[in-house]
Amino acid sequence: MRFLFKTNYHQDIRLFKHGGQVFWYALLAAVLCIAPWLLPEYYVSQLVFIWIYSVISLGLMVLVGFTGQISIGHAAFLAMGAYTEAYLHQLGWPFALSLTFSALIAGITGIIVGLPALRVKGMYLAIATLAFGFIVEEGITRAESITGGSSGMMLEPLQVFGLAIDSEQSMYYLCLIILVLCVLGVMNLLRSPTGRAFVAIRDSEISAQSMGINLAYYKTTAFAISAAITGIAGALYAHKLRFITPDQFTFLQSIELLIILVVGGVGSIYGAIFGAAFWFSVQQFIVMAKDWLPPAIAQQTGLQPTVFGIILIAFILFEPMGLYGRWLKVRTYFQLFPFYRKGLFRRQKSYMKSERM
Amino acid sequence: MKPLLQVEHLSVQFGGLKAVDDVSFEIWPNEVFSLIGPNGAGKTTIFNLISGLYQPSSGFITFEGEKISALAPYEIARLGIARTFQNIELFEHATVLQNLLVGRHCHRHTNWLQDLLFTPATRRAEMQFRRTVEEVIEFLDLQHYRDQMVGGLPYGVRKVVELGRALAMRPKLLLLDEPSSGLNVEETEDVSFWIEDIKHDLGITVLMVEHDMGLVSRVSDRVLALNQGEMLTLGTAAEVQAHPDVVEAYLGGAEDDPPPPTPRPTGGGDGSSPPAGGSMSHAASGLGRPGAGGGQ
Repeated sequence: MRFLFKTNYHQDIRLFKHGGQVFWYALLAAVLCIAPWLLPEYYVSQLVFIWIYSVISLGLMVLVGFTGQISIGHAAFLAMGAYTEAYLHQLGWPFALSLTFSALIAGITGIIVGLPALRVKGMYLAIATLAFGFIVEEGITRAESITGGSSGMMLEPLQVFGLAIDSEQSMYYLCLIILVLCVLGVMNLLRSPTGRAFVAIRDSEISAQSMGINLAYYKTTAFAISAAITGIAGALYAHKLRFITPDQFTFLQSIELLIILVVGGVGSIYGAIFGAAFWFSVQQFIVMAKDWLPPAIAQQTGLQPTVFGIILIAFILFEPMGLYGRWLKVRTYFQLFPFYRKGLFRRQKSYMKSERM
Repeated sequence: MKPLLQVEHLSVQFGGLKAVDDVSFEIWPNEVFSLIGPNGAGKTTIFNLISGLYQPSSGFITFEGEKISALAPYEIARLGIARTFQNIELFEHATVLQNLLVGRHCHRHTNWLQDLLFTPATRRAEMQFRRTVEEVIEFLDLQHYRDQMVGGLPYGVRKVVELGRALAMRPKLLLLDEPSSGLNVEETEDVSFWIEDIKHDLGITVLMVEHDMGLVSRVSDRVLALNQGEMLTLGTAAEVQAHPDVVEAYLGGAEDDPPPPTPRPTGGGDGSSPPAGGSMSHAASGLGRPGAGGGQ
């Protein structure tokens, strides 16, 4: 077991709480850096998808997990980022600039979508974002002069600061670096007043405003930041796929993103990354399982959605905290060994919320 | 001297119900002012009007000479009015420290971009926030719970954390909505000491809604009694408790059950507190029979 004796305020604020964390994260970083040279190219490509989806879920996590606002139109922000990037790339803008612009455009869209969030909550907000998702999908299909309509858009190979991103390996590093930067940004937010305001809004809007938090401003900010991160992911997504069409950004995509969040664990940065990793591992597993399953099952259409549906239900029933919650339990088990108790994580009785407001 | 908070002819109507009807009072700097009254008297409604959660139908509220009845809740908080809630409204999925840090929110001067990059300005501000919050933690003896999640804390501690969060704002006026509800005798005792310290050491003015007459008479400078949204009487705790209208409001009309002329032995106006009864709502016997106080 480890006891932390805090002797100054910096210890509370710093990102790595103790030397152990520094060691493990350094080890992880080292493994991730050499991984693309050891793994076959196919797996590297899958890892690239995991990084991109981690960025997306991180963006969604800011909104859903930390600010408590639901969005089932997040694929629209992804599309905004992807198409902005594709368009600007076509015009020959340098990547750093076009990426910033993709984030900006998605962020501004986020502000616009965030406006109804000031008035509606829960179910109604879900419907509003859903409608927005359809509008964007439809808009992209119609705006043929810019987006190529349903025939899609091709992207030329990418160059970043003069380096050609033409292999899976180089794409891997690019995406990993951007993911790390996004994670650091979100961690910074969470340890500063902005992030605390988000969490306050999630847990109790009424006391958040009584603490001087401007709900309208912070909800809009949350939408903007969330959309901007998703937009960045969209830009990477476009470069990864090299070919984008409107049907990659459908309602189902948005639902998929929410499932990733729930499976990973709502309300933590780990959850976003665990969820994305899990999602792709299971997909991979299903593809491999098809080889040794009886043909009657393997040939069935809808095998994958069924498996995901079952997994989602299982998580909601048995591990509402998602993979992150499971990870916490396993870690605590080893930290406390042999003193772990079964009821350690059982939810305490929670007290009645104000009924008067 | 100017009043800190002035409430003038305040009324609010919900449909046909007049929750608050023509209430006027002012609170002077550095006093403890209590609102009492039976359930449904409009005490919490007045709190919600002051903190901007409701808009008054007529009348207005001024704070330090500025009219606040049209401001949004967060603007009112920034002027220096902090509050607690009757049924604790904490941020459940955050630690005690983080909850208190939210209390510093209205003193922030960094924007989201600075926060995203965690610039030196943000870091300096965080240090400053933590220093203030640690003072509050020490003031309320919360060191032990500092890094615990609020969701798992016992009721009494949560109540204190909520008080701490309001204090972390370093407000000019503190609104306490039933600070002792659900607390045991010892914890209520602590609350009364804290309120006195808040007034004397921190120099914060307190407006409180409270049912426990023991606590009210121990800490309040003045008490306003309300019934069904209307003002009954305003005065010291002893005066208010002796007032025939207050007795009637708690015990029922004179035609049913005539209240005795001297409801309870008061210590004269010289500051010695009257014997503390239990909470007024179930201290009916205490009010009716002289000398039957003795809550401690």
